[in-house]
Amino acid sequence: MHLHALDTYLPGESPVHRLDPRVKLVLTVLFILTAALMPDRAWLAYVLLEGLVLAAVLLSRVGLGVVQKRSALALPFLLAALTVAFARPGDIGHGQVVPLPGIPWAVSEAGLWRFLSIAARSYLSVQAAVLLAATTQFPDLLWGMRALKVPRILVAVGGFLYRYLFVLADEARRMMQAREARSAVPAGRRGGGTVLWRARVTGAMAGTLFLRAYERSERIWNAMVARGYDGEVRVLSAPALRPSDWRAGVVGGLLLVLLLVLVRTV
Amino acid sequence: MRPVIEIRDFHLTYPDGREALRGVHLTLTEGEKVALVGPNGAGKSTLMLALVGLLKGRGTLRVFGEDLDDGNARRLRARLGLVFQDPDDQLFSPTVFDDVAYGPLYAGLPEPEVRQRVTRALSQVGLEGFEGRLSHHLSTGEKKRAAIATVLAMEPEVLLLDEPSAGLDPRARRRLIEVLRALPQTMLVATHDLGLVAELLPRTVVMDGGVVVADGPTAALLADEELLERHGLR
Repeated sequence: MHLHALDTYLPGESPVHRLDPRVKLVLTVLFILTAALMPDRAWLAYVLLEGLVLAAVLLSRVGLGVVQKRSALALPFLLAALTVAFARPGDIGHGQVVPLPGIPWAVSEAGLWRFLSIAARSYLSVQAAVLLAATTQFPDLLWGMRALKVPRILVAVGGFLYRYLFVLADEARRMMQAREARSAVPAGRRGGGTVLWRARVTGAMAGTLFLRAYERSERIWNAMVARGYDGEVRVLSAPALRPSDWRAGVVGGLLLVLLLVLVRTV
Repeated sequence: MRPVIEIRDFHLTYPDGREALRGVHLTLTEGEKVALVGPNGAGKSTLMLALVGLLKGRGTLRVFGEDLDDGNARRLRARLGLVFQDPDDQLFSPTVFDDVAYGPLYAGLPEPEVRQRVTRALSQVGLEGFEGRLSHHLSTGEKKRAAIATVLAMEPEVLLLDEPSAGLDPRARRRLIEVLRALPQTMLVATHDLGLVAELLPRTVVMDGGVVVADGPTAALLADEELLERHGLR
């Protein structure tokens, strides 16, 4: 039995699935750049970008719900930006302070808007990335990165991560099964141990898993060297883009650049 | 003799739709030493996991006369010791002591008794004085025996062993056979090692394709060349 929950690809037959991985990668990165470069409080532009993502999601037929659910997993990372709302206004805004019920700290109005804008832009980017992962097989993504001249070491690390994530997850699952099999409570006893002890056991398991992953990496390295690995990954050359890929790439790219220029200049 | 394990028409399907067990019938009585043989993918390991309640299936699965369910699995597990195929899965603590003490500590035993049980379990597998050793620095043979000790510390009545001799060199294998021979528990041993079966286990159960295809005295089954051939055992 193997874990497939980590596999983000959703098989399908749609124009988005069929699009060349290189084009999808470039468009996604471009989309994320556009979202990141949008000014604060450009709500109309955010809505337009969201419209673009939603259109792509509908076209891919992977399901709006799936994309939203997966994107929501990234929301906790927004907490990192939350401090902006409490920061001193500095040179942005007019230094107005908004009293919020139940929060003892002063929230600057400019900071609050800034936080909301960052939240909106990050969520836009996450959705695009989720859609890319859901419609492109991971090996195709790696292939696309290589074709786009992403540093080889990064691509190689991505490839190993993908290959051994499943091995590691399986290892962790078997370890937990073995623990569960020995977690017995004889009749007439209150078992389970203290919370502290259980935490220590879990910590030890994580440490053991790390050690085993580390040892495995050495074995993998030896096996690679034994087969003549010299730090270079050689791959077959990439086929040319089809006309439909060119069209999608050019249209999507122009749309994003146009939007960015418009918002930035108007 | 009272039956300790009773399996009637037991089916188990994995979430991905693969049918691992398709109607298993098997009864083990107290004190029996039984070999469970069959090709890879026959369902041996699955059956073992089901016996301690880690996998759920349909059909009758009774342990010590009780139907195994979520409510009693934790209690019945104290009397069933499952030793996993890969000792690295079973040894998850930094030191051998921590690993062997895990079961007794989880069961809520007082500390002096935990220490006593660890010492005893380690001596039963011939690893006296290994308490302070680091689990991941043991040899494969020592790891196997340490894994068995982690289960013996629970003082189980039944031992379920999944491929205990896999990957051992002849001396480590011999050592393991001697350890197993000295243990009084009822045993169900899943293995491909027919030499070990012939030496230790008077009764043999052959599984293939998720069902029991033969069950009888080891000597008679191992002499049946055609049967062994048909189920990929030689």
